[in-house]
This record gives sequence, C-alpha cells and structure tokens, in this order.
Amino acid sequence: MTVYKLKTPISEEEIRKLKVNDVLYVTGTIVTARDQAHKRALEYFKQGKPLPLNLEGLAVFHCGPVMRKEGDKWIAVAAGPTTSTRMDIFEDEFVKNFKVRVVIGKGGMGKKTTDAMAKYGAVYGAFTGGAAVLAAKAIKNVRSVEWFDLGMPEAMWIFEAEEFGPLAVAIDSHGNNLFTDVQKTVEENKQRIYQKLGLSP
Amino acid sequence: MKEIKTLEKAKSVENVAFNILKQAVIYLPEDVKQALKKAYAEETSETGKTQLKAILDNIELAEKYQAPVCQDTGTIIFYIKAGAKAKNLDRIEEALINATRKATKEVPLRPNAVDPFSQKNSGDNTGRLIPYINWEIVPGDSLELTVMTKGGGSENVCVTGMLVPGEGINGLKKFVVDTVIKAGAKPCPPNILGVAIGGGADISMKLAKKSLLKPLNGPNSNPEIAKLEREIFEAVNMTGIGPMGLGGKTTVLGVHVDYAFRHPASFPAAVAFNCWAARRASARISADGTVEYLTHKMK
Repeated sequence: MTVYKLKTPISEEEIRKLKVNDVLYVTGTIVTARDQAHKRALEYFKQGKPLPLNLEGLAVFHCGPVMRKEGDKWIAVAAGPTTSTRMDIFEDEFVKNFKVRVVIGKGGMGKKTTDAMAKYGAVYGAFTGGAAVLAAKAIKNVRSVEWFDLGMPEAMWIFEAEEFGPLAVAIDSHGNNLFTDVQKTVEENKQRIYQKLGLSP
Repeated sequence: MKEIKTLEKAKSVENVAFNILKQAVIYLPEDVKQALKKAYAEETSETGKTQLKAILDNIELAEKYQAPVCQDTGTIIFYIKAGAKAKNLDRIEEALINATRKATKEVPLRPNAVDPFSQKNSGDNTGRLIPYINWEIVPGDSLELTVMTKGGGSENVCVTGMLVPGEGINGLKKFVVDTVIKAGAKPCPPNILGVAIGGGADISMKLAKKSLLKPLNGPNSNPEIAKLEREIFEAVNMTGIGPMGLGGKTTVLGVHVDYAFRHPASFPAAVAFNCWAARRASARISADGTVEYLTHKMK
C-alpha cells in the first residue's frame, strides 16, 4: 500500500504508477457529475459542443453535494460520494472522450469502465461513502456551478480541493478491480456460511 | 383566546420536529457511534480500517461544524405515536411539512424530493406523501415524534421476497445472506439490517424498516428472535464484504428482526438496510407542552 499525493492536471504516466489498494489524495480541480451531468456531457460531445471546462487530467466526482450560498459565494457543506454503479453506463465513454484521470465515487464500477481505465489511463478512487464533511473540508474553493438547471445534486460543481481523500484505489489502469476481487472472495465465503447455517446451496 | 392557544401548540410541534430533524442529520445516535468505534478496533483489513477511520473522523467533523454527517440527508420519514387523547392532531401534518421546509433551508438539507413523472426536484424535501408520516394511536395524551432520514444508497437494495413457507426460517436465513451479498458495497457498509417476516408484502417491509429505529445495544427481549439476530449477524459478517465493500470483517453493525403472523400459503420476508450513517431522533411532547428529547441532548 503506497500513499500518492497528486496534483491536477494529472498525466497518464503519473496515474499508471498507481495500483489497486494504494491510497490517493488529489489536490486541484475536482468536478462533480452524477447521472444527468454524465448524460449531458456525452450529448454535448456527440454534438461537438464544448463542456463548461476541459476535463483532461482532472478528477470527476460522483457526488450530489449540499451547498450553501453566502453572498455570491458557494460553500460545500457536505459532499460525500454517491453510488458509482449508476454511472457505469456512461463512464467508459466519459473516460475515453474527456481524458479524466481519476473517477471518485463509492461502491465500485464494472468491467466496461475497468477496461476503459486500462486503455486510456485512469483510476477509480473509492471515497468513504457518507464521509461528507471530511470531503467538504478538503474543498477549499467552489470555482463555479454549471448546469444548475439539473438541480443542486445533479449540477456540475467545479471544486478546488486540497489533499482530497483518502481515496482507496479500487480500479487501477492495469485492469485490476478490487471490488471484483472482493466479490470473488465473498462468493467463496458464501458456501462456508451456508454450511454453518445448515443450508443447502 | 382558544384560537391563539391552538396556534402556539402547532408552532411547538413544528419547532420540535425541526429540532429532531437537525439532531438526526448532524449527530449520530450514541449506540451507532459506539458500534463503529468497536468495529474500528476489531477490523483486521487494512483498507477496511482506513474506511472506518474516515467514518469516525467524519462523525467528529460533522459535530464540530454542525454539518450533516452525510450529504444525502435522505428521504424524511416521520413515525408518530399519537396519544388517543392528544389535542390538535389535525395540525400535525402541516407542522411536520413546515419543519421539513425550514430544516431544508436552515440546516441545510439536500433537496431530495423529485416528482417521478416530470423529474423535477421540489427543492424543499416536500411533495406528494413526502415527508412520509407513519401514524400509530397509543393510549394517553402525549405525542411522540421520531424522524428517520433515510439515505438513497441503502434504500436501493431493500428487498421484499415471497418465500416458500415449507422452507421456514432456514429459507429466511438464506434470503438474508443472499440479499446482503447481492447488495455488496452499494448500501455503504457497515450496515444495520432490519429483517421482518409475515403479515404481507407491505407489512413485512414496513416492520423491517421500522426496526431500523431500534438501538443497537441490548438484545431482543424474545430469546428465540435474539438468537436468530445473533446468527444472522455472525453469518453476514463472514461474507468479507467489509467497510464500503472494500473487504474486511465488518459488514453489519447490527441486525433487528421483527414479525407478524402469516397467511398459511405465504411467507413474506423483507430486508431493509440502513447505512452506517443510521440517522434517527425522537422527542415526546406532553399534554402540558413540555418537551423531552429522547435520543439526543438538546444542543
């Protein structure tokens, strides 16, 4: 287990050093995107429309934060991750088209995303689900909010963060997926549990 | 004169509802905190321990900054025990809706009520049947309010199954183990499980979800159920799912089982999940207007 502290924009070379089970802290620009923002970003790409900012080398965060406006300044109150599997249908295209280097979320992602991360050079960093204040305290500045018409949770929030983490590297850029590994162990354990409970499989 | 008194009473229910909502989303109940600390001390997986440490740090920060412990401040569900002789019960629904709107703005809470047809977020956590209110009529003249703010991640894996009656409790055990394995990392483990059988498809889930309000300390008063809870607890913690599904021995913090009698042909069973951020708070308003906070100290 190695601890990495990376600054955005992150290069492909830097991200390829990371392995599953490493711990990552990200400093720099982190952009939130949930289901609706992923969908719109990919629609924009298809239509050749530019996104509100260039995502290359940045971190995308599956998060619907609680935000508070003080004067004309937004402040992140609580900003933990949301379940990433919902974004699985978009993420391979997202990684391919926008060259994000880190995808932050919880719960893990599937094979299509894992393959895209191996091919284009990105990692999935699992942030502790629900650790919303820990996340919010690492967000030092809210640069802007885009696509606010999608609502507070679904909008694209552009954060400047300092040592955002700990992120458990759960998918690396070499085809390894910690969640799939855990699932395999769990399947093996299931038979032992059935036995202990006196159940037939 | 009479009208003024009625308004004061309604206002007081609104204030109390606001207070318990605020308590619930910021301060985790003591029993949940203790269970998480114990899990941290006992966890053997390095990654799992990192996750539990982040959870404990986060709980402390939430209290320090009075911020919601999780950004998903949930769907707001009230459980009301209304004394049969309590006054102004017709005003309570309105008071709870007002308290919800106020808390959304002032705590703040994330707006989480979406019209399923237009996909529009109401922006204030209210909408048709939301906040949802469960009513129970009890003897007496006091009013007990409980709020559960239920996260979406753990809600998405709740399941009701119509099991085979002939398989009995063994069928239930298998159903629970399979459900937890299928849920995996999604419900933000370590979780609290509410398991219920009988009644009907709706009744089993209602009981399972309501049992999530029970504190984690203290076994069930029914020894047979206590034994089943223990057995399920040990079994699902053998899965290896671990904190956040990243592997480890802490998959659940507790299991609550409840039941109703069943139809001879049916064996309804429900598994309700709560995330580690198991938020709940209660208060009792007596007929003379005194308020007693039951789960949290008023801060």
